[in-house]
Amino acid sequence: MDFKNSDTIVGPRAEDTLPDTATTAVKIVIVGGFGVGKTTMVGSVSEIRPLTTEETMTQAGIGVDDNYGSETKTATTVAMDFGRISITDELVLYLFGTPGQERFWFLWNGLFEGALGAVVLVDTRRLEVSFDVMGRLEERGVPFVVAINDFPDAPRYPMDELRTALDLPPDVPMIKCDARRRASSRDVLMTLTRYLHSLTMSPA
Amino acid sequence: MTPPQRERRAPQPGTEQDPGRLYVITGGTDGTQRAPLDLVALIVARSEAPPTAAPEQTALLKLCKRPLSVAEISAYLGLPFSVVTVLVTELLAADLVESRAPVVRSALPERSLLEAVMHGLQKL
Repeated sequence: MDFKNSDTIVGPRAEDTLPDTATTAVKIVIVGGFGVGKTTMVGSVSEIRPLTTEETMTQAGIGVDDNYGSETKTATTVAMDFGRISITDELVLYLFGTPGQERFWFLWNGLFEGALGAVVLVDTRRLEVSFDVMGRLEERGVPFVVAINDFPDAPRYPMDELRTALDLPPDVPMIKCDARRRASSRDVLMTLTRYLHSLTMSPA
Repeated sequence: MTPPQRERRAPQPGTEQDPGRLYVITGGTDGTQRAPLDLVALIVARSEAPPTAAPEQTALLKLCKRPLSVAEISAYLGLPFSVVTVLVTELLAADLVESRAPVVRSALPERSLLEAVMHGLQKL
């Protein structure tokens, strides 16, 4: 394992440090296919420049503990970009942009189990890429909203047609967005939070 | 043009993990128990690095003079998440850091917490 000398470690800039009063963190996961704009969305609302956490797995993706010293298996590095929004002096919200493939999710403890909820970011040019991830979230009981990232050259379907195509229940919010715009990405997060709030009001 | 068609799936009982496991467990009898640290557990140094500390531990303690999530530590140190959780677990066992556990979705998050998040987002 390479490790940079501690003198060369570049930590957070002074303005990127959290106050000592920060006691509670929550997270929201942004999930979608490759190139759908997850990192763009994280970057547009984050108060810090997006950072990357990595994990290494073998191609088999199992028995990670057995692989040290084994030269025969191929190691794959999986990266996840994330950002941060300070809500109050005590409360911090983290946003993780994660690959849609479920086999990578176990690499990070409690990635979804510990999240408040998820945003499924969808590109209408490749709608079917998001099908599996939505199903996985449904199976795990993770509440999510769907954000349609409005690429200029993407097919425009009416929202009700998209809702039918995605087989979304009427109460699951769908919203169009431009992930490059801070206000638009913020609205997506607001939509998710409002939806989660409504779930606490309605009887189970 | 008609978009491709998806089919909704039902929740699978048992796929939801026990949220209790996300909280940090320390003080294993042999001091080696691995804490299932969450990505957003906030880590704060309790003291300076002792002279005997490994370089990785020293660097981590320097970074965590202010609270920092495990994910941020991983990013700044350029170390995989799993390696950072091992380092943090060692430092927790040695009482050199403290961990502030995140709020997790047990069944559903608390309403007041969500209201705070909404209010914070509105100010962006």
